[in-house]
Amino acid sequence: MTAAMTLSWVAVCPVDRLDRDRGVAALVDGVQVAIFQTTDGLYAIDNLDPVSGAYVLSRGIVGSRGEAPTVASPLHKQVYDLRTGDCLDLPGVCVARHQVRCHNGMVEVRLRQEG
Amino acid sequence: MTGGNVVVIGNGMVGQRFVDALRARDPQRRWRVTVLAEESRPAYDRVRLSAYFDGADEEDLNLHTPHDGVELRLGEPATGVDRSRRVVTTTADEYPYDVLVFATGSYPFVPPVPGTDLPGVFVYRTLDDLAAIRRYAKDRQTGAVIGGGLLGLEAANALRLLGLTTSVVEFAPRLMPVQVDTAGGAMLRRYVEELDVRCHLGVATTALRPGTDGAVVALELADGALVDADLVVVAAGIRPRDELARAAGLDIGPRGGVLVDAACRTTDERIYAVGECAAIDGTCYGLVAPGYAMAEVVADRLVGGTATFPGADTATKLKLLGVDVASFGDAHGATPGCLDVTWTDPATRAYAKLVLSDDASTLLGGVLVGDASAYPTLRASVGGPLPAAPLALLAGDDAVGATAGALPATAQICSCNAVTRADIDTAVADGCADVAALKACTRAGTSCGSCVPMLKQLLDAAGVVQSKALCEHFDVSRQELFDIVRVRGIRTFSQLIAEHGRGRGCDICKPVVASILASLGSGHILDGEQASLQDTNDHFLANLQRDGSYSVVPRIPGGEITPEKLIIIGEVARDFNLYTKITGGQRIDLFGARVDQLPQIWRRLVDAGFESGHAYGKALRTVKSCVGSTWCRYGVQDSVGLAVALELRYRGLRAPHKIKSAVSGCARECAEARSKDFGVIATEVGWNLYLGGNGGFRPRHADLFATDLSTEALITLIDRFLMYYIRTADRLQRTAAWIEAMEGGLDHLRAVIVDDSLGLCAELDAAMARHVTGYSDEWRDVLADADRLRRFTSFVNAPEVPDPSITFVTERGQPVPVGGQPAATPGRQPVALGLPEVRR
Repeated sequence: MTAAMTLSWVAVCPVDRLDRDRGVAALVDGVQVAIFQTTDGLYAIDNLDPVSGAYVLSRGIVGSRGEAPTVASPLHKQVYDLRTGDCLDLPGVCVARHQVRCHNGMVEVRLRQEG
Repeated sequence: MTGGNVVVIGNGMVGQRFVDALRARDPQRRWRVTVLAEESRPAYDRVRLSAYFDGADEEDLNLHTPHDGVELRLGEPATGVDRSRRVVTTTADEYPYDVLVFATGSYPFVPPVPGTDLPGVFVYRTLDDLAAIRRYAKDRQTGAVIGGGLLGLEAANALRLLGLTTSVVEFAPRLMPVQVDTAGGAMLRRYVEELDVRCHLGVATTALRPGTDGAVVALELADGALVDADLVVVAAGIRPRDELARAAGLDIGPRGGVLVDAACRTTDERIYAVGECAAIDGTCYGLVAPGYAMAEVVADRLVGGTATFPGADTATKLKLLGVDVASFGDAHGATPGCLDVTWTDPATRAYAKLVLSDDASTLLGGVLVGDASAYPTLRASVGGPLPAAPLALLAGDDAVGATAGALPATAQICSCNAVTRADIDTAVADGCADVAALKACTRAGTSCGSCVPMLKQLLDAAGVVQSKALCEHFDVSRQELFDIVRVRGIRTFSQLIAEHGRGRGCDICKPVVASILASLGSGHILDGEQASLQDTNDHFLANLQRDGSYSVVPRIPGGEITPEKLIIIGEVARDFNLYTKITGGQRIDLFGARVDQLPQIWRRLVDAGFESGHAYGKALRTVKSCVGSTWCRYGVQDSVGLAVALELRYRGLRAPHKIKSAVSGCARECAEARSKDFGVIATEVGWNLYLGGNGGFRPRHADLFATDLSTEALITLIDRFLMYYIRTADRLQRTAAWIEAMEGGLDHLRAVIVDDSLGLCAELDAAMARHVTGYSDEWRDVLADADRLRRFTSFVNAPEVPDPSITFVTERGQPVPVGGQPAATPGRQPVALGLPEVRR
């Protein structure tokens, strides 16, 4: 357990600030988080693209592969499963997921510490 | 012997093919190759020689591929062969050989008629001959060709194109006597005479008559007629160049040519002969396909193989004076007891004859005049059963189309490269799944290309499904999707995928649909649902860099810019701490902008009169220009003015891929227009238009499409070219690949956008007119709209905090990224970038 972990929900923005099938970046306790709203609901993952090392995943194209809701890195187009954070193109690569919910019209994020 | 010195005498098409074939089979470079060439230029495509008069230049016709371990001695003809010392002597040096290959080709036969040595009399064999004809034709009125064969008719067309009133004199009673029969010749004559080429058939030329200045002015014919001719081309056949071989004491064929066996070996086992100079079992062939086959045989022998000459396919298909003519197999019905099926259609002016065996079961040969679309299937069927009823075969493309799969395994599909059906089937079984793979694997379709439709049919016949699906969400191709959107008037992705696809879309189909919607003029690209479809570059109207920052490129039409505007760019770059670099497209790229800075940067630029350069879009990028006639002492037209006009006309035009262009003010081509999707080069009287050029991963020179155009005609052609490309190309397919993949290639494109063969031109013109009037600067429109502007935020919950991951160090006086280095992530792998798409 490190200092970066937080157990409390942090309000980020009103839910109507999000576009359907497009991401935004938020800064939560110093961590860049990419938040997406799709028809299935809200997803939050690290904004850091693990392949390029740039903080860009919030700017990727949202879509689906099979049943999985996805985002594609805008740099080199690797596709990530928004539910699990797993990269669907490169085995063994994944991004950290965070908890996200809509509460009283606000999008709230709770950082999750993952291996 | 499988190594040592091989000396090749001659660098014509066949000599070059031998070198290419040997290099392909000898990866260890056991053979060192020396090529001795009489001409001062390396191998070029003599079959397409006449394209020189359509504007093709040396480079277009070039066939030479440099290889390591191959020394090419240009302008250094061999003068002798000393077989005892195994040395070839040239005008400059001596070259020892272990193996010697004669590829000396042939020379034009000039009949012993008085006056053939007069000024104004030419032969038609080399680029130098054609250049001399062109020079001499200036200020002359009349021309004549002695010889009405294949080459004679090509020469006659050349004289026509040079503006001469042209006559053809042929000793035989019909045109192209070797290839076509009497009725085919008559049909051909009708076509030719309609082009105002006068035909004198069945009559000999008795003398060439000089005028007062000593140059030729007329031909005297045996029937007493006199034919005016200030310029005469003798095209009365060719003779093998066997003089070196004769002098070296090698055996010569009964009608000339170096006598060789089926291995192409002469009477000296260290010496081979290939191509037109070789008399293979006594017969010389004046066609390139048998020559190529011989080159392959010798290359194979040199690496220890046992290949033998497979027999010549003398089938011919060509377009003469705009008329398709083809003959194959026993075209004259010389086989005893054979049957003819002939068919004449006066409406389309097509003539066809099939020669069948006496029981009508086997195709022996045929002649096609006016419409040769059945040629590939028919030629491949020679010696076997007819793949369909004779009349169905002659009726046209579609009936024949389905039949390639019915050909026997031994049928030759590509006669240029001697590839059989069995070869194709083997390649397919080995995993070749599309035409490109078949070409790479078997070389089929890589020379004249006429068999490419059959390759597709054979893939179909083998059950290879060539998927056109865009991605898992759409089963249709981009072109079909474009038509659906256009015809149904669909304007949202959600409607499109609900009605014509499945799932939610992805990073492949969404930008394609965004581009289609933008091409069809559907409002600002960031409005409504369209915004979510855009790739990040279009979404932020800037180019994403590896550290997550963006670059900014204002439009600088034609590369022309005022000092005031240059200063503004400098000030903006300085104030926002941007790295600046001049681009290849004659503009200035400003790097290192954060998303939240983009609107501020563009506010300054738009206020100073700049607009978006669309460097971020699959859209027109720039129209480069040289300085043109305004300043340049060589320029013949105002290239800058035209480039500016073109760039302003097509700015903002979304397409399947980026589009680049350039305009050069003279033939020196300083703007490098031929490496562009559409390039324009000034002539004394107008503009030449080149289409389908490409730099990048696989460079390609643009093809000459039309010459000496007025500005108005030029713009009409470019309008239609671009709109047809936008409608029909695949995703991320540049114009070069689009044209190469197009069935019928440049001829088809010309038919569509010049002759309006599909009746599309009015629609294409209207679509471009809508684009031009509907254009609006994307960045100006963003700045005017708070809803569009709100996307340009660093963090949705902390817009005042700049992205802390974007930081710079100074290098050569400018900021460069320190970010963008990969995090230590397990399983990180190298990522391939910029490779060609293999998806179909």
